[in-house]
Amino acid sequence: MSVDLKTLKTPGPTITALTKPFWDAAAEGRLTIQHCEDCGKAVFYPRPICPHCWSKRLVWKDASGRGRLKSFSEVYKPGHPGWLPAAPYVVGLIELAEGPTMLSFILAGTRPLQIGDMLLLAPTAIGGRVLPAFKPIEPGAEEKPQ
Amino acid sequence: MSRSKGAIVGIGELKPRRLTSGVTTLEMIAEVSRLAVLDAGLEPAAIDGLLVGPQVGETPQHVPATIAEYLGLAPTMANVVDLGGASGAGMVWRAAAAIEAGMCEAVLCVLGNNREEAAPRSPNRNPIREFDVPFGASGANISYALLMQAHMAAYGSTARDFAMIAAAARANAQLNRDAIFYSKPADVEAVLASPMIASPLHLLEIVMPVAGGEAVVVTSAQRARSLRRPPVHLLGAGEKVTHRAVSQAPSLTSGPLKSAMARAFQQSGTHADEMDLLSLYDCYTIMVATTIEDAGLCAPGQFGAWLGDRDLSHKGDKPLNTHGGQLGFGQPDLAGGMTHVVEAVRQLRGEAGERQIGKAGLALVTGNGATMSEATALVLGAA
Repeated sequence: MSVDLKTLKTPGPTITALTKPFWDAAAEGRLTIQHCEDCGKAVFYPRPICPHCWSKRLVWKDASGRGRLKSFSEVYKPGHPGWLPAAPYVVGLIELAEGPTMLSFILAGTRPLQIGDMLLLAPTAIGGRVLPAFKPIEPGAEEKPQ
Repeated sequence: MSRSKGAIVGIGELKPRRLTSGVTTLEMIAEVSRLAVLDAGLEPAAIDGLLVGPQVGETPQHVPATIAEYLGLAPTMANVVDLGGASGAGMVWRAAAAIEAGMCEAVLCVLGNNREEAAPRSPNRNPIREFDVPFGASGANISYALLMQAHMAAYGSTARDFAMIAAAARANAQLNRDAIFYSKPADVEAVLASPMIASPLHLLEIVMPVAGGEAVVVTSAQRARSLRRPPVHLLGAGEKVTHRAVSQAPSLTSGPLKSAMARAFQQSGTHADEMDLLSLYDCYTIMVATTIEDAGLCAPGQFGAWLGDRDLSHKGDKPLNTHGGQLGFGQPDLAGGMTHVVEAVRQLRGEAGERQIGKAGLALVTGNGATMSEATALVLGAA
């Protein structure tokens, strides 16, 4: 992958009033997710009620930006033509330190990716917007989320 | 064994095609419905129940009424079943339940689709569209690649283990003249040599999308006795729906089919090892692997060794997807799941011709929708 991700013509998110805080934070390089004040669990993706206890007392909190790689795929034939110039590229499932799992774009590290790798938030301009992508934490490095 | 919950008394199937031109989905549904009702030996007016699938694009709403009007039916029970690849199996159980509840007596369960060269992209607005697609994950291939990668990492399963499933499907398709891959076998080496689509998923581990149609007619066991065809009985069923997006799956290496199959076995008083035919939903090789393990046919992670020790052909000790599966037959969209029901009926009637299995008493049929999300299992028994 040598293409400039910024220039991709990829489909952007379909933002609603409810999900806007997530995408506003993403544009600023932050990852913010909902937390339930009743059952204490973190929630991803955003919802009007907690999927664990159906409470409406959900508040936004910035996530640590750390997570564990649950699975990944190197995509050679993208499902959307806007991604073709970037292929092959990697998407993965990240179990956030806060609990929920999200799918994201994974930036290349110095070593081949393995399930179980620890990842760090790496805000990246893709297709005209900043997305909360992730990158592997290199061995020995102790980086702070950006 | 448990009593019959209802009987499948008619089947219809259209030969799959890569493309249709100027043919509507509604037209294909009419053709295949006629085949199933003729096979049952019923007059059209006897059909008083109608179960159909969603018709994305062509008929977004009022689907049962549209199809009923088109077919000249006036059902007393009509519904859309929207369980993706589990819709076909899900229809059979719902049809039996509706008959038991007194809503109707004879249910037409029908799925079909045309396939045009340039289908419009979906105008979806849902969590997957908002939180998966912008990150580069569009379509089912990537989701199932993520499931496959997780299985390989958890258990050490290999690309070759998975390729065996695709090769077996292609081999079985050589005895089904209607299969899209009839006269096109592919061995394990060919599967492994096919292009990587989304690692670790190869092209030949993915179903070929086709146009087609499948239909069955379900009625009560009692009424089935008076009809012309040998009835195939629904002995047990189970269903579970756990999530939609792969990121929200409770597990990446086991799915909702596990509890759906357990319930189907429990209701029917049977066990996975007793099945004479495994008619397992196979959109991707990983789906068959997980289903074999979730059924309890082998320990988690052991599907490769299990498959390697078995003959999956109609002559074998463990016939699996004798019609070629969808990997060999082609996937006519939502009707793809119903191919597993239709083939099980053929085998249990003893009408599968040159691919007829020996003992044909019990069949396990599974349906799977979305990303290992929607699951229905049926245990079917011969008359």
